[in-house]
Amino acid sequence: MNILYFLIGCSVVMALFFLGAFFWALKDGQHDDVHTPAVRILFDDDKPEETE
Amino acid sequence: MKTSEISTNTLCYHCGDDIATELFTVEDKQFCCAGCKGVYQVLSQNNLCNYYAYNKAPGQTKQYVEQHFDFLNEPSIFSKLVDYTDEKITLITFFIPAIHCSSCLWLLEHLHKINPGIVQSRVDFLKKQAEITFDHNRVPLKELVEILVSIGYEPLISLQDIVKEKKNSVNRDLIRKIAVSGFCLGNVMLFSFPEYLGISSLEAQFQFLFGWLNLAMGAVVTFYCSQDFFTSAWGSLKNKVINLDTPLALIVAVLFVRSAFEIISGTGPGFSDTLTGLVFLLLMGRWVKQRTYNHISFNRDYRSYFPVAVTLLDENGQEKPVPIDDLEVGSRILVRNNEIVPADAILMKGDGCFDFSFVTGESDPKTKVLGEVIYAGGRQIGKAVELEVVKPVSQSYLTRLWNNEAFKRDDSKIKNFNDTIAQYFSAVVIVIAIGSLSYWYYHGETNRAWDAFSAVLIVACPCVLALSTPLTLSTVLGMFDKNGFYLKNTDVVEQLARVDSLVFDKTGTISCPEAVDLSFSGTLSMYEESLIGSLARNSSHPLSREIVKWLGKSAEFKVEGYSEVAGKGVSAFVDGHEIIMGSRAFVAPDVDVVSASSVVHVRIGEEYKGFFKINQRWRDNLKQLITVLKTRYRMHLISGDHAAERKSLSSIFPEYVPMLFKQSPHDKLLYIKKLQEDQNIVMMLGDGLNDAGALRQSDLGVAVTDNINNFTPGSDAILKGSVMGKMPQFIHQAKMAIKIIKFSFVIASIYNLIGVYFAVQGSLSPLTAAILMPMSTITIITTTNLANRYFAGKNKLR
Repeated sequence: MNILYFLIGCSVVMALFFLGAFFWALKDGQHDDVHTPAVRILFDDDKPEETE
Repeated sequence: MKTSEISTNTLCYHCGDDIATELFTVEDKQFCCAGCKGVYQVLSQNNLCNYYAYNKAPGQTKQYVEQHFDFLNEPSIFSKLVDYTDEKITLITFFIPAIHCSSCLWLLEHLHKINPGIVQSRVDFLKKQAEITFDHNRVPLKELVEILVSIGYEPLISLQDIVKEKKNSVNRDLIRKIAVSGFCLGNVMLFSFPEYLGISSLEAQFQFLFGWLNLAMGAVVTFYCSQDFFTSAWGSLKNKVINLDTPLALIVAVLFVRSAFEIISGTGPGFSDTLTGLVFLLLMGRWVKQRTYNHISFNRDYRSYFPVAVTLLDENGQEKPVPIDDLEVGSRILVRNNEIVPADAILMKGDGCFDFSFVTGESDPKTKVLGEVIYAGGRQIGKAVELEVVKPVSQSYLTRLWNNEAFKRDDSKIKNFNDTIAQYFSAVVIVIAIGSLSYWYYHGETNRAWDAFSAVLIVACPCVLALSTPLTLSTVLGMFDKNGFYLKNTDVVEQLARVDSLVFDKTGTISCPEAVDLSFSGTLSMYEESLIGSLARNSSHPLSREIVKWLGKSAEFKVEGYSEVAGKGVSAFVDGHEIIMGSRAFVAPDVDVVSASSVVHVRIGEEYKGFFKINQRWRDNLKQLITVLKTRYRMHLISGDHAAERKSLSSIFPEYVPMLFKQSPHDKLLYIKKLQEDQNIVMMLGDGLNDAGALRQSDLGVAVTDNINNFTPGSDAILKGSVMGKMPQFIHQAKMAIKIIKFSFVIASIYNLIGVYFAVQGSLSPLTAAILMPMSTITIITTTNLANRYFAGKNKLR
């Protein structure tokens, strides 16, 4: 059963890792605008310039 | 590029308006006016026609107003507007009200195709902002703005604007706290789970570890996430009042102290699960309450009404743009057509005709003669005039009015339901807690006494109030938002439910500035109508467009020698006849007729034909609105305008409604004050600067506007003019929301009573607490949500 100590430690560390990732995203401003990227992704790429 | 499918019907390819003429056709695409056609041409030249592929007719009708952006090249103004600049690039954030669809987004992010000097542009759709990085050596700021104007996306440039105000609208600190408390909640739940199921002797060794981990998480939540509750509670206690945060802070403290005590002494598992869950939910409630509108500003002041810069004339008559704050007494300024007079000034040169409708409520523009003082805020109609400033901007009549002490209302006086109930709630809870403490103490069970004392404080948590109120009210806010009624915050909903008197302003509020009733005095033959129509089509002036609409489709004649004089009128030879349309002075100075500005006179050849008159029109549904409201509310009408419309108004308003005309802004303010002294709770509906004082003074100031991007005076709420008819439903919905909150309070009390039943006996187990709290929360959220939706459906607000 002692392995549980290790597993609990792992779970907490992993959760902390995700919390850190969230902080990172927050600091980078990913939560400042949650609407525009959803629209932006629907646009087609620009067609390459037509050569004449 | 898609081919046009719309060209078969007669809607403008750019903006979707009806087409009155076939004058503006390019490559099989039809446009309603020169403005729309111009935008299309710019876009097609730059290979940007994808703009029309994403949405049908994504443009907006462009009103042609000649503008001068010379001031943008002034270094002092430039540096105030930009976010960042160095030798090579500049970064600026524009607020662009026209952003409304994905085509806008696409176009604004492809600006570099129009001019390669624009390095990058990013749009924030909800905030209607575009962040543009550009090389100012290749594209000066002025040129950048002109590009935006040429494609129909004119930025709103103001030194005190929402761009700067809303920079940090996302409360990152709160989100971080929610994340941390959520993290702690998840982990604590995991560690507490074995405890809930009962711990076998085999697992008992973990109890110690779990306990301490829980305590550590609890400490983080208490000392980091709950900071705001403690500071708020402490602040209100210092002012000798109790707000909702006071009992909440007390509970968080008690939960933590008791958990720490149990875990350290090894007597029990503690209440960390309840603690973290509680704080997590409370923070969520705060977050919901903080919901803000990204694109609306409620606190605009005179500075955002005035232009950023004015044109100064130096001794040699050279024009030089200067920031408005640099104006001094004695400065000579040039005010062009449609520009606003920034400071009280004397007319020195030119024909002054100023529209004060927004400042004073008077519907007709005033003609001013040389040497007359012109108060700040008037809008010049006609040719450019020269003025000499007599008072600095900060001392102007208008500015002083705005800065009047009486306008500064103390917002903290508004008591909301939560804070009121929190006082009684706290009192009752503390009495029960102390009661059970002394009971058990009296019976000699000291341990049990402290158990019971802390348990009562824990279960009798008003967290439901802290959660259900913001949830209910912000749902209402969202509902109103969809219907075109924007409230400043959730407290305004409560205020709306309390209102018993309504005060209306006239011009722009119950009259509709955009919809016009046109009528012609005189007689016109079919042929003459066609002549006038052909001429009017060439002009982009709003009145000309109205005339074209009024005349309908008619034969078209060749127009020669067309000329347009700003603020005066148009003239041309149509089918060989000379036609002149416009103001009286322009068309027929010798004919004795009315000379109001909303009148267009017509002369064909040498013969004066008559005039088109624009009549004020009341908003649609005004009559029904008043009929519904009159049975339930006291109503008043105060206007800054003359009493000419009294007759027409008395057919709408019941007899007993007081109607006051020719009221100065200060009179309006005093009138509201008097009503309040007579114990009325007053809602003021106004639109212009002349209502600013009354809006501030009233218990609920509603600014009415037809375009929410337009300037509105500071207010508690902004209402779209087109939905004014829904006012009774809005008020009803607000009243229902308050009832729902009260009802949820009753449900919460039932749960609390169950909890208290266990608590006073000193037998509250952490498990009971951990079950009761989320149970009550879920019940409350479900009921309030359902009830809200039900009433919204009933009020047709969904």
